[in-house]
Amino acid sequence: MTPSEKSRPAWGGVPLTRRRMVLGMAAVGGFLAVDLGAVAWAGGWIGAAHRLIPDDFIKAFVWVNGKQMGFRKNHAKGAVVTGYFDSNGNGRELSSAAVFQSGRTPVVGRFSLAGGNAHAADAAATARGLGLAFEFPGGSQWRTAMLNLPVFPDNSPQGFYDRLLASKPSPDTGKPDPKAMAAFLAAHPETAKAMKIIGQNPPSPGFADSTFRGLNTFYFVNESGTRTPVRWSLVPVNPPAPRASSGPNALFDAVIRQIRSGPLQWRLMLTVAGPSDPLDDATLPWPDDRRSIDAGMLTLTSIETERSGNARDINFDPLVLPPGIERSDDPLLSPRSAVYAASYRVRARESNSSPAVVVDQVTP
Amino acid sequence: MSAEIDDTTATMPPPQKFTALSRMFHWLTAILIFAALLIGFTMVNWTAGYATLRLVHMSIGVLVLVVVVLRIVNRLRHHPPAWPSTIGRREGKAIIWLERALYALILAQPLVGWAMVSATGKPIPVFGGLPLPRIAPFNIDVYSVLRETHSVLAYLLVVVIAAHVSLVLAHSSMLGDGMLRRMTFQFRPSAK
Repeated sequence: MTPSEKSRPAWGGVPLTRRRMVLGMAAVGGFLAVDLGAVAWAGGWIGAAHRLIPDDFIKAFVWVNGKQMGFRKNHAKGAVVTGYFDSNGNGRELSSAAVFQSGRTPVVGRFSLAGGNAHAADAAATARGLGLAFEFPGGSQWRTAMLNLPVFPDNSPQGFYDRLLASKPSPDTGKPDPKAMAAFLAAHPETAKAMKIIGQNPPSPGFADSTFRGLNTFYFVNESGTRTPVRWSLVPVNPPAPRASSGPNALFDAVIRQIRSGPLQWRLMLTVAGPSDPLDDATLPWPDDRRSIDAGMLTLTSIETERSGNARDINFDPLVLPPGIERSDDPLLSPRSAVYAASYRVRARESNSSPAVVVDQVTP
Repeated sequence: MSAEIDDTTATMPPPQKFTALSRMFHWLTAILIFAALLIGFTMVNWTAGYATLRLVHMSIGVLVLVVVVLRIVNRLRHHPPAWPSTIGRREGKAIIWLERALYALILAQPLVGWAMVSATGKPIPVFGGLPLPRIAPFNIDVYSVLRETHSVLAYLLVVVIAAHVSLVLAHSSMLGDGMLRRMTFQFRPSAK
C-alpha cells in the first residue's frame, strides 16, 4: 500500500474514495432534502406564509384579549348545564341518527358569551352561545355550538379573522377602533349585510328566552339514504326571567336563578332548505316560510360552575356528528373544527384560572 | 491496486434478502408511516383540510397499529438475515438500537394518538364510521400530556427514520455492500 492509500478514511473496511464520498453525499443528501423538505412543507415551516393556520387565530385572540390562562380562546366566559333531549320521533323523517328516535338522550352543554375575555361584563349585545353534546361520551355523539343570532357575521375563515382583529378594543376608549371596523366592513360586504340582519333581530332579555341557532347547514341522511340540507335551531318555551339581575354577570345570574326554580325548555326545530337556498354561506338567512320539523324538547335541569371533568373540558366541535348527520360544504366548518382543536390544546396546556361565573355564589 | 479496491463490490457476496413477507411488511409500514406523518403535520396547519385529513390520519393510524403488531410477531419468529460484512461491532450496536427505537415509536405513536382522542371524550370514527372504543378516561390533563407526546413522537419518528434511511443509502452508495438490496424486490428475472 502506498502511504496515500493508508491515510485514506475507511468505513467497514472499505476505503472511501472521492467517488464513493460524492455518491454517498448525493444519495443521502438527496433523500434528506426530499424527506425533510416534505416534512417542513407539511408542517407549514415553508410555503405557509400566505395562508391562515389555526395558530394564527389563537394568536389573534391573545392579541385582542390578552392571555386568558386555561380558558377557551373564544366564548371564554361560561357556565355548564346538564339535561336531556326528548325526541318525538319526527326527526326520523330526515335523519337516521339515534338522537331522533323516540326517546330520551342525555345532554351536557354550556352557556357562554362570545369573546375571548373570560371576565368581560355581561352585555345584551354580546352574542350568546349554547354548546351541546348529545349522548356524551358515547360513540355516536352529536355536538353543536349555537348562537342567539339570526345569521353568522362571516362566511369565510379570513372574514372571521379580519373581524376579530378589527374588533380589538382601543386602550383609550375600550371600544373597537371605528376606522378599523369601517375598513373591515368595506372589505367584507357579506358581514355588513349580516350585521344589518342581526341589528333587525334584537336579542331577547336573557339566555332562557333566547333562540339558539346552529347557523351552518348540515346534511341530514335518513334510513333510505335521502340527504336533506338542514339548519337547526332551539326555540325557547320559557318566559323571560321574572326579574332582571344586575352586575357584571347579570345574564348568567338570571339564568342560574331560573334553572333553580325549574327546568328550562327549548323545542328543537329542523328547518329544511328550499331548492335555491344557500347551503355554504352562514351569513345568508333562509326565508321564514321554510318547512320546519319539531323534533322534540330540550330540557336543561341544572347549571354548575365550570370545573375539571364537566363540560368545561368538552370541545363543542361542530363536526362531531352521529351517523345520520353529515357536514355540508360550508367553508366555515372544517376551520371551526381545526381552530377549536387548537384552542383546546392550548388551554389544556395552560394552568387554570377561576371562572367568572360561580354558581354557588349567586344569591337566590 | 486502486482498481482492485474500487472493485470491492464485485468481490462481496450477494446480500441475503429478508423474507418476502418481511419485505412486504417493511414497505407497507414505510408507506403508511410517511402518509400518517405528512398528513398529521399538514392537517394541523391547514384549516380547510383539517376535518377530512383528521379522519384519514386516524384510519391510517389504525392500519399502522395492526401492521406493527403483525411485524413484531413476524420479527420474533424470523431472525433477519446477516448484515453485510461492512458493519462493524460498534455500528452494529447502533443499528440494533435504531431498529428497536423504530419499532417502539411505530407501536407507541398510534396508541398515543388513540388514547389522546379518547381523553377528549370525542368518538373515534375510523374507516368512514366504525367508532373505536375509548382507551383513556375523559380528562383534559391526560389529553394534554398525550397530545404533546404525540407531537414529540412525531418529530422523533422523523429523526429516526431519516437516520435509518440515510444509513442504508450511505452503505449502499458509498460501500456498495448491497444493504438496501436486502429489503428490495427483484422485478427483473434473476440472473441465476
